[in-house]
Amino acid sequence: MSKNSIMPGFRPALGFTLIYLSLVVLIPLSTLVFESFKLNWEDYVQIITNRRVLSSFRVSFSTALVAALIASFFGFIVAWVLVRYSFYGKRFFHALIDFPFALPTAVAGIVLATIFQPSGFLGKLLIDMFGVQVAFKPLGIVMALIFISIPFVVRTVEPVLLEFESAMEEAGASLGATRWQVFIKIIFPNVFPALLTGFALAFARGVGEYGSVIFIAGNIPYVSEIAPLLIVTKLEQFDIQGATAIALTMLIVSFVLLLLINLLQFWVRKRSGQL
Amino acid sequence: MNAITHPINPAKLVAPKQQALQDPNWVRWSLITIAVSFIGLFICLPLGLVMFQAFSKGIAAYWSELSQADMLSAIKLTLLTALITVPLNTIFGVAAAWAITRFEFKGKSLLTTLIDLPFSVSPVISGLIFVLLFGAEGWFGEWLMAHDIKIIFAVPGIILATLFITFPFVARQLIPLMQEMGNQEEEAALSLGASGWKTFWAVTIPNIKWALLYGVLLCNARAMGEFGAVSVVSGHIRGLTNTLPLHVEVNYNDYNVTGAFAGASILAGLAIVTLILKTALERKQNNR
Amino acid sequence: MSILLTDISKNFGSFSALEHVNLEVPEGELVALLGPSGCGKTTLLRIIAGLEHADKGRVLISGEDKTAQSVSQRGIGFVFQHYALFRHMTVFENVAFGLRVKPRRDRPNNNVITKKVHALLELVQLDFLHDRYPDQLSGGQRQRIALARALAVEPSVLLLDEPFGALDASVRKDLRQWLRNLHHDLNVTSIFVTHDQEEAMEVASQVVVLNHGRIEQQGSPSDIYDHPANAFVSRFIGQTNIFDLDEHDADWLQTAGILNPRTEGKIAHVRPHDILVEKSNSGYAASATVKDWQHLGALIRLELVKNDSNGSTAPVFAEMPNDQFKQLKLHRGDKVDLRIRQAHWFH
Repeated sequence: MSKNSIMPGFRPALGFTLIYLSLVVLIPLSTLVFESFKLNWEDYVQIITNRRVLSSFRVSFSTALVAALIASFFGFIVAWVLVRYSFYGKRFFHALIDFPFALPTAVAGIVLATIFQPSGFLGKLLIDMFGVQVAFKPLGIVMALIFISIPFVVRTVEPVLLEFESAMEEAGASLGATRWQVFIKIIFPNVFPALLTGFALAFARGVGEYGSVIFIAGNIPYVSEIAPLLIVTKLEQFDIQGATAIALTMLIVSFVLLLLINLLQFWVRKRSGQL
Repeated sequence: MNAITHPINPAKLVAPKQQALQDPNWVRWSLITIAVSFIGLFICLPLGLVMFQAFSKGIAAYWSELSQADMLSAIKLTLLTALITVPLNTIFGVAAAWAITRFEFKGKSLLTTLIDLPFSVSPVISGLIFVLLFGAEGWFGEWLMAHDIKIIFAVPGIILATLFITFPFVARQLIPLMQEMGNQEEEAALSLGASGWKTFWAVTIPNIKWALLYGVLLCNARAMGEFGAVSVVSGHIRGLTNTLPLHVEVNYNDYNVTGAFAGASILAGLAIVTLILKTALERKQNNR
Repeated sequence: MSILLTDISKNFGSFSALEHVNLEVPEGELVALLGPSGCGKTTLLRIIAGLEHADKGRVLISGEDKTAQSVSQRGIGFVFQHYALFRHMTVFENVAFGLRVKPRRDRPNNNVITKKVHALLELVQLDFLHDRYPDQLSGGQRQRIALARALAVEPSVLLLDEPFGALDASVRKDLRQWLRNLHHDLNVTSIFVTHDQEEAMEVASQVVVLNHGRIEQQGSPSDIYDHPANAFVSRFIGQTNIFDLDEHDADWLQTAGILNPRTEGKIAHVRPHDILVEKSNSGYAASATVKDWQHLGALIRLELVKNDSNGSTAPVFAEMPNDQFKQLKLHRGDKVDLRIRQAHWFH
């Protein structure tokens, strides 16, 4: 079975891997599926189509979508600037990009809530100047999710920009293209699949995000209550079936969306000759 | 989904660009301004605020918050959790990377996908599944009750949930590296008569040590900082089942801002140390 | 169109890539920039293209000063060493690119573009690949597509950076001939960079030899070969035996029948085919011993050792046609007499 008979340790390594994987991941995760078999279809539909549940889905998916879009736009610019230009403090900024990965989400949550709450540093400023309230609104959730999303986008786009063959740009210019045409017709199409990956990662993370969101969101039912929080609420009310139904739906919708994004990516790559 | 970045050498970022093809100055400076303000707003500002809030009532208040019994027990529990989960997931990561990169077998790509699974599950759901298994109404609930074993709303639940959340970190770091390295060096050692175990320690480990440390570092940061999954299984019992992130939440919800930020500043400090070590490791790995 | 470079200098940090280069390329020529790696030939080509700006000096194309113009305004065609085909575009779109990015008022309509692109693809004999992506092509095919792409904008001059560098030896041979013919048909002023002297001599109508950022010699291939301007060119182009007269070769050269024109220099460069080999009758007067030989197709290269008093074992190479070699019936260790027909003298 193994390709290489002289390499030792196949059985113990694979055996341990499979047992550990099953114990820690597969068996616990499968409970979600088995638990949902306890529900009949009508009960399931009733839980899921509850108005509060539906609006929590709407909040979760729409804020994650908007945040991932915004993070993709700015993340692309950040990656571009970090790869292409040199300026004072660049290495420092480069290291900071991973801060949202490293910072525990609860800390991110209370920090962002403190900044954006109506009495907070930026929250006050935004209310006074533009009359925009961020905290306790979907906008606050979007802000938290942008914070979480930055490294996903920057770190997927950066290596592709770094390895981009500069001769392609030179070729474009030598054929008479302006700088803008070179960017739009040559650079961007080659970076787009990576940007799409970054977007998908950010979106997937945003849908399930909990810690960084709940403090700033205010968790007002029908307005700023996210689906993961509703799962927690149901659990606290010992409504295990309700929690399971919402969790399973979230997982399925996320997987379907990711599948669609993967298909889109496949199509883009194929169209652009990268497959 | 993958939450791990692969190292980029910062030194490589200053790519030598042809002078003739540079972007116009105004474009360059506008983009730099946008990028720097964006990072400043979303990253530097939060970073500064944690530090400011923690010390806003003075060092003494900070210190008294940190020396409270509940805070200390939260720190202890966080350390204990990391101390158990990180080594377990490290051993798993090495074993999985060894099996996947050194052998051909059926279902290998499925296995690689399954290892990533915890990344694509919401932290709350990661906690929920352990409640379904070990909670009062869970599969093993009655049995556990009968034998007086507590998992949910107790330390074992916290450790299990953390184990799940941090499961892929080390493996994800090692698999691409060991794939790229190939096994020629190991074959050479074996052909020279080294034992399998000896080969592993003398050839494989020195080659992967920086990536291994990198994975351990990220795994540890997540293990100490995990909130959502742990929050579901912990039950928030002060002094008993509150990890540091949970204790931060409790303090915050009690309007004890100084206490919340005192705990938060420790975690932020951990994040900063992680970032510094990460940058150093990236350099090491790229200079290899 | 003609190209005129005046007093071009370029430094990269403290490294001086080009120093006071003056070069004139008449219209319609196919010029090779030849030199060892690091001699500045690619930098010079990129300066002509506008991909790099010279620190000093001016670039004129058909009399017009292009020094300050960017690469996209110069109207040159550039073929990159690794082709730099746009990997996200089909072959067709690659070739059409230069036409599609023209300002709206100059842009041909779609029909014209389609016709023109297919005509170019036919010119390079690859129209059947028009809907492929670059990653699906062989090296030689990519090279020809890159050329078609550069030609689409009807450039005033065509610049090629190591056009055959990345190809297999057999493909390279075919493409050289093909490029020469293509140039003959299109008659567009072309410059290509190469480090392969054989390639330069075979393809170019003019060869410019560069070394250490300076032009050593410019001329037709036969000029360069028959009348090398200095020792570097003589050594770089073709094989050469080098005899330093200050040492021990003076007497030996005289026995080999070369007069010693002291005034011209002290170092003699002798091409292998300028050495005549005869079987020695006397043994005493013999000037060399046969050590070994190699078959180079129609030619045989003899490896000889001079019979010096000082025991030097530096080999001397001589070349002769195959039949002649057969007639001589030489064996290893045979004593032979050498007659040197011609030598170039350098200081």
